[in-house]
Amino acid sequence: MSPTPAIELEHVGKRFGSVIALRDIDMKVHPGEVHCLLGDNGAGKSTLIKILSGVYRPNSGRILVAGHEVEFRSPRDAAEYGVATVFQDLGLIPLMSISRNFFLGREPVKGIFPFRRFDKERADAIARQAMADVGIEVRDPAQAVGTLSGGERQSVAIARAIHFGAKVLILDEPTSALGVHQAAMVLKFIIEARLRGLAVIFITHNIRHAYPVGDVFTLLNRGASQGTYRKSEITRDEVLSIMSGGEDMAAVERGLERLLASTP
Amino acid sequence: MTEGDGSTRPGVKRKSGGSADERLAGAGLFVRLLRRPESGVVCGLIATAVIFALLPGASSLYSLQGSMTFLTLAAELGILAAAVALLIIAGEFDLSIGSMIGFAGIVIGLSVTYLGFPLWGAVGLAFATAIVVGYLNGLVTVKTRLPSFIVTLASLFILRGLSIGITRAVTGRTQIPYILDNVPDPWTATLFNGHVATSLFQLMGDWGWIAVKSDGTPFVPGIPMSIVWWIGITAVASWVLVQTRFGNWIYASGGDPVVARNVGVPVARVKITLFVATACAATLLATIQVMEAGSADTVRGSLKEFEAIIAVVIGGVLLTGGYGTIYGAALGALIFGLVQMGIFYTGIDTDWFKVFLGIVILIAVLVNNYTRAKALGERQAS
Repeated sequence: MSPTPAIELEHVGKRFGSVIALRDIDMKVHPGEVHCLLGDNGAGKSTLIKILSGVYRPNSGRILVAGHEVEFRSPRDAAEYGVATVFQDLGLIPLMSISRNFFLGREPVKGIFPFRRFDKERADAIARQAMADVGIEVRDPAQAVGTLSGGERQSVAIARAIHFGAKVLILDEPTSALGVHQAAMVLKFIIEARLRGLAVIFITHNIRHAYPVGDVFTLLNRGASQGTYRKSEITRDEVLSIMSGGEDMAAVERGLERLLASTP
Repeated sequence: MTEGDGSTRPGVKRKSGGSADERLAGAGLFVRLLRRPESGVVCGLIATAVIFALLPGASSLYSLQGSMTFLTLAAELGILAAAVALLIIAGEFDLSIGSMIGFAGIVIGLSVTYLGFPLWGAVGLAFATAIVVGYLNGLVTVKTRLPSFIVTLASLFILRGLSIGITRAVTGRTQIPYILDNVPDPWTATLFNGHVATSLFQLMGDWGWIAVKSDGTPFVPGIPMSIVWWIGITAVASWVLVQTRFGNWIYASGGDPVVARNVGVPVARVKITLFVATACAATLLATIQVMEAGSADTVRGSLKEFEAIIAVVIGGVLLTGGYGTIYGAALGALIFGLVQMGIFYTGIDTDWFKVFLGIVILIAVLVNNYTRAKALGERQAS
């Protein structure tokens, strides 16, 4: 593990009016490491990734990329620093082809003005190669993205982020809308990205998806960190228990049991 | 067979899938052709051409003269359709182009007859006006986020009103005749109303291949410039859409403007540019019409906005944006011209043309939805 984290949060907090969405979050993500951000709905996961990706700016604390303090003004700005986020809409347009989507907004061109044109051959070749690198073989890069399965679409979005120089890859609930098989495919991409030395931040509320691929787990509850654990320090059940608020959940269970016992 | 072809995904396979390979290879050329946005319009064109070939009057319709007539009609609509197709693919409408045709004609007419402009200057002024009109249409649409349907509906009335108001105030009438009579540069007009390949047609007349008048000149002196402009504009628009970075942005702006903006596509700039393009296409058509008729009329171009949209939709462009081709729109215009002239030559009451149009629009939209579903491998259909 390299001593300087790829991205680091120090005492980051965010308020919306009087609502405290996040308070005092510390987080370090190293290259070649999958950092899982776990928490139930409303725990502050979305707020945290919107800060990491440049959509929101924190009210307090600071963000460091490769040891230098930075300020993200927009998602494009964050991407300039090598922090790429794959949101749930994936940033893909279903009716457009794989390679056109891949290079949308960053098209390679050839020729001289006024005959400058989209270098389709190069785009196809690069898109095909980048997809192969994450383990998907594309026969026809002219195929519409809308014809791909959910997992394959994720792979296009992830391959694109990696290709355009992401050092930190943030994946927002990439497995939540997928079936078992497709989810497994996406988990494989996460491992590929990690092997390539990226720092991966994997947001999910599904411990079954997070535990097999994660190296480090940060647990969020009600806007506060419940601690950061390395995989060796914690079991799956302990994660589950902390995630759901531990004692709270035990109380809910006891209540349910009493209710069941009282009904004939 | 079709069921299986629709649900398999020929482009992508997992690394391990070796046997799936051969099975998918068969999904080949035919299905891929069917999936093209123009597949519907090609079938439609063939069907229309065959139907008119079987009806009485076919020999006149498909004679050299008849063909030139329907091709000229198709060309005039096709010039509009190419620009309108780009705009619809980018997710917007321009209902003001019909009025723009009338307005541009008035600008040319008045600046020649009242301001003493040479023809080229008048045409230049008309295009400058078109750029301003298109820019304003685009800017208002982008800034207010109102549907372009409403914004350009307003310009439809404003431009038509201005045309009539200004012309009547200046000339006391609603038409401007004799525009070409005293211009210093009559050669400018031949760029728009002349013919090409005239010597070839004369030769063919001399050899007796084509019909000639009593003085020995052929009835059809050559290929009208409107057809040349149509082909040129269709080729350029298609090149821009398919081959350039800007074309990629056009598809993206119509496909999903929010995603497009997030990945850095200048959606507003794309849309404004295309509103300028539709206004300029309307002005080009106006110029051609003024040069052919030698006069301008404030009511010219009425309903052209809808005819252009119809041609584009028949051509397989989705009204919701993000999908379609320019060649499809050109073929749509061709069907339009063929049917209009075909009904005339077969002696069917031309009133029925509109009934036909209505039915064709409905069929075209249904076919488009079907092809879109096919293009997406039926994953998002039903």
